[in-house]
Amino acid sequence: MDVTVTPLPGLGTQQEFTTGSGRRIGVITYRDGRMELIVSDPQDPDKICAATDLTGEETSTLANLLGAPQLVGKLTEQQREVTGVTTWQLPLVAGSPYDGRSLGETEMRTRTSVSIVAVIRDGSVHPSPRPDFVFAGDDLVVMVGTAEGLRAANEILENG
Amino acid sequence: MQHTASALIELGAVFFGLGILGRLAWRIGVSPVPLYLIGGLAFGQGGVIPLTGIEPFTDLASEIGVVLLLLLLGLEYSAGELVTGLRRSWSAGLIDVALNATPGALVAVMLGWGPTAAVVLAGVTYISSSGIIAKVLGDLGRLGNRETPVVLSILVFEDLAMAVYLPILTALLAGVGLVGGLGTVGVSILTVSLVLVLALRYGRYVSALVDSQDPEVFLLRLLGAALLVAGVASQLQVSAAVGAFLLGIAISGSTATNATRMLTPLRDLFAAVFFVVFGLNTDPSAIPPVLPFALLLVVLTTTTKFVTGWLAARKQGIRRMGRARAGAALIARGEFSIVIAGLAVGSGAVTGQLAALSTTYVLLMAVIGPVAARLVEPVAQRVVNSRASART
Repeated sequence: MDVTVTPLPGLGTQQEFTTGSGRRIGVITYRDGRMELIVSDPQDPDKICAATDLTGEETSTLANLLGAPQLVGKLTEQQREVTGVTTWQLPLVAGSPYDGRSLGETEMRTRTSVSIVAVIRDGSVHPSPRPDFVFAGDDLVVMVGTAEGLRAANEILENG
Repeated sequence: MQHTASALIELGAVFFGLGILGRLAWRIGVSPVPLYLIGGLAFGQGGVIPLTGIEPFTDLASEIGVVLLLLLLGLEYSAGELVTGLRRSWSAGLIDVALNATPGALVAVMLGWGPTAAVVLAGVTYISSSGIIAKVLGDLGRLGNRETPVVLSILVFEDLAMAVYLPILTALLAGVGLVGGLGTVGVSILTVSLVLVLALRYGRYVSALVDSQDPEVFLLRLLGAALLVAGVASQLQVSAAVGAFLLGIAISGSTATNATRMLTPLRDLFAAVFFVVFGLNTDPSAIPPVLPFALLLVVLTTTTKFVTGWLAARKQGIRRMGRARAGAALIARGEFSIVIAGLAVGSGAVTGQLAALSTTYVLLMAVIGPVAARLVEPVAQRVVNSRASART
């Protein structure tokens, strides 16, 4: 991906790239460390139609939100050689029987031979959660296993 | 009344009044510079209420105001940014000089004010107000626009041009002949290049020299260094303002960020005094005779700046709407036009009418600039629409 870096003399720098649909998306980094997310106007690509200030914490949350599907993609990529193994990203809906219970209690591995490799919560990734990791509503659970196993795992997360 | 008491009362009233004017200005979305000038015109020479007894302070304070204006301008840029900005914008920068310095020079010649005044007025109409423009671009959320780097690099070019122009101006105002003038030009260009090279290589040592953890020590060192450098530069006929500008460029990194944060309120205070003093020394009754020429310059240089921005943006492959935005953004003139006029009038080498003309011109341009930047999109849209409907 081509990222264009433009100096803004006296202000900071702007990094941006153009999406397939022809819109520019980027970040302005000000001298004092402030960051701003910018998105260009679809009618007038020279113009910005949306801009919003982001704190350091907000930028990393956004980065994680956008990075989560990529994590799944990367895992899929790694397992391409291994036939029959896939990666899924499943939501643990609020009210699931495991909402508030630990990973160990699901006995996922024994019951379905599916591995839970990561949990994404509030935009941050918790990689390789241990058996004492406690689930909460709206977690995204990233799992690796056979298609059959993953279906079973989904069933477990939904209905216990 | 006791002298000190009356001076304090007058000064207090002036500052307080400026505070109210400044608040009003930003509220209606224009720069406070024209309001400060009007404030100055209203008092003093030929004004409603003449102020007396505060000159010793205001004269020095307005000098410090110029030094701080230029020091902060220099602090805004790192030497690296100046060099890349220059590389990007030199052709647009030259068009800018040619288109916008000419109207000023022509009008001065037309009025029979002589060659020195022509150089002064050329500078007044050439230099855009980076303060107003940066503020307006920020307010309108255009910093991420594609034409904005074009606009900013033209401003960088102009600021560097100031560093070369001001020493020449100082030499001319001091009445140096052609040969002496050329010598000064050589010296100033050499000094500017030398400082740029030094700042690029050894900027951190200059920063280390003024830097301190303790805010009080830092402020004293910084202000001390600025006034020392400005004073020495002025003694060497290189202009105090340029000395301060070059010091600002040499200070870089976190020191520059801290210095900017610390000095900005001081700059605003002393620069306000500078604008008021300029207004004070301008006789309002001198304005009506020069008003037609001010209006002529307004029309001419609004057009030429617009064309400058349009051409520069076109060169970077920006579409029509963006070119129009770039053109309108550059129109505002302000603080630096007054700095130039102030140097000239203060030296006594040009007619006092030049102050009246410059004041009127900047009053209008500092208001027209932000308004044009705001209105350019709806107006351009309407033009596009009417053309489209005319075709069908």
